[in-house]
Amino acid sequence: MESNKHYVVGIFNDEDVLLHAVEHIREKGVKIQEVYSPFPVHGLDDALGYRRSRLPIASFLFGMTGTILALATQMLMLGYDWPMIIGGKNFVSLPPFIPVTFEFTVLLAAFGMVGTFLVVSDLKPYKWPRTFDIRSTDDKHVMAIDLASNKLSKDQISQILKDNGAEEVNEKNF
Amino acid sequence: MAAEEKYEFKSGTKKTLLILGVVGLVLFALGVFQASRPAHHEEKKASAAIENKLVASNDDHAAADGAKAESHEEEGGVWPMVMKRIKTSLWHNNVYFTGLGIIGLFFIAIQYAAQAGWSAPIKRIPLAIGHWIPIAGILTLGIWFFSNHDLFHWTHSYLYDKAGGHYDKALDGKGGFFFWPLAHGSFPAFYVIRMVVFFGLWFLFFNLIKKHMLAEDLEGGTSHWLKIRKFAAIFLIIFAVSSSVSAWDWVMSIDPHWFSTMNGWYVFASWWVSGLALITLLVTFLKDAGYLKQVNANHLHDLGKFIFGFSIFWTYIWFSQYLLIFYANIPEETVYFIQRRSVSPYSWVFFTNLILNFVLPFLLLMPRDAKRQLSTLKVVCVIVLVGHWFDFYNMITPGVMQFHGGLGFLEIGLGLVFISAFLYVVLNSLSKFPLVAKQHPMMEESMHHHI
Repeated sequence: MESNKHYVVGIFNDEDVLLHAVEHIREKGVKIQEVYSPFPVHGLDDALGYRRSRLPIASFLFGMTGTILALATQMLMLGYDWPMIIGGKNFVSLPPFIPVTFEFTVLLAAFGMVGTFLVVSDLKPYKWPRTFDIRSTDDKHVMAIDLASNKLSKDQISQILKDNGAEEVNEKNF
Repeated sequence: MAAEEKYEFKSGTKKTLLILGVVGLVLFALGVFQASRPAHHEEKKASAAIENKLVASNDDHAAADGAKAESHEEEGGVWPMVMKRIKTSLWHNNVYFTGLGIIGLFFIAIQYAAQAGWSAPIKRIPLAIGHWIPIAGILTLGIWFFSNHDLFHWTHSYLYDKAGGHYDKALDGKGGFFFWPLAHGSFPAFYVIRMVVFFGLWFLFFNLIKKHMLAEDLEGGTSHWLKIRKFAAIFLIIFAVSSSVSAWDWVMSIDPHWFSTMNGWYVFASWWVSGLALITLLVTFLKDAGYLKQVNANHLHDLGKFIFGFSIFWTYIWFSQYLLIFYANIPEETVYFIQRRSVSPYSWVFFTNLILNFVLPFLLLMPRDAKRQLSTLKVVCVIVLVGHWFDFYNMITPGVMQFHGGLGFLEIGLGLVFISAFLYVVLNSLSKFPLVAKQHPMMEESMHHHI
């Protein structure tokens, strides 16, 4: 297989060392692609300088879509397309529509959010995830640095990683 | 460990509260003067027309009651009606502020029973709010005995007299709930005993929990925390029953022919979310005044989520009650909502209630940042507190005042008097003990709280 993406991969054992390493490495101007860890590390997102996820906005928009679709469907079907007398109520009476509207809002918000999350996190079906080091699912923290997005050479980055407490520094090509 | 921090009840704050109370009294007097002037002829005609419409469309007990009430009041001039309105407003404010007080204790109990760590630095605020419980007990008993016949239709003894013309079979069937073990129509022993027992139990558990919370400041360790957790668990069981029964007693029995299985939860939800808003509001004001350094955006976020979540919970209960009654369409149930929503002076309150308590908190508190900032939280808390004052108005006033109620200087004035007295008690007790627990076993956890 032809490899056109080159990464330097640092392996860390301790999360405190990792957190300080992330800060120092970013101070040196190295761009970190991603850090993989077997458990949530508090403060890692802030240290990596991630922007806040915009997933809640997507969720809100999906939810609003659900609300509007559900209300419109019920009003058009029961009010105009095929009016039926149910329980002696008006054809378009709001209270009985609310439970359906609520459920549809929640359904679309949830499905939309999960779908969006899968797409933006590269977890699409038939997409084989890149594993930088299998031990990130067990007991090691793994830091991946993309050489293409950094000006420093491979050796310089390896040295910086070692200086900041990386146990091993490997190379990974995809 | 937090250093000694004490809230200082400054004379400036006292003066502000006093002015608030005086303004309230002036508005109240103005309202009484306004209400005691004879009503305009045209207004009377209009309300009579509405009333006829309702009686014609809903030929049931409550509407007939309304007609009866009016015929009584025509004879005695305008003063009985004004007195009735004052008593209604007193009861309305009293039920609302009683709820705020008891929610102070309930909040603490929830935190201990759930072994929550995040709330450690703010627990003294609900503790201070709980100091209203004994005063609420005295006020509730006092106002009840002062106004029982005016507020509670079921207290009239002629309703239980089989020989009399006013015999009410439905109420006689429910009589045991009020009068047991005495004869129906005599002294409502069971009802009054419940009232006394509930306040007694609440006050007892408040004192037990307070004693151990303050002893922990001096002695430290975990033994006090464990004891409070035990008391909290017992209190929660008691409160589960007493909050529902007090809602039936103090709110639902105003419309004695009407019944709703959701009403106990509805009153509790209203109390709970307004209590949460009050706790949060006091936290924001204390932080603005430079206190509570330990409380950061994460703690505010949790309080904000509480208000957001329970505003939706309240709406859920509101809607569950409304939808079932709307769909079943049984006259003795629907009259409750017809009185409030369709043909009465209360319909604007009915819809304002939904906007203030659902739409605004829902939209304003949805973004993450809104829950982490003092400014937005403050706005939402005030909206929720005012909104639930309207909510209790909507529950209590239409049932008593029928078509003669109003919301003017009289109600707002009394509300201000209650706010001023309530805040005086709360802030005064807050200044009596350290503002932040000194040796709380979970303080360290709370300092690292991160969401």
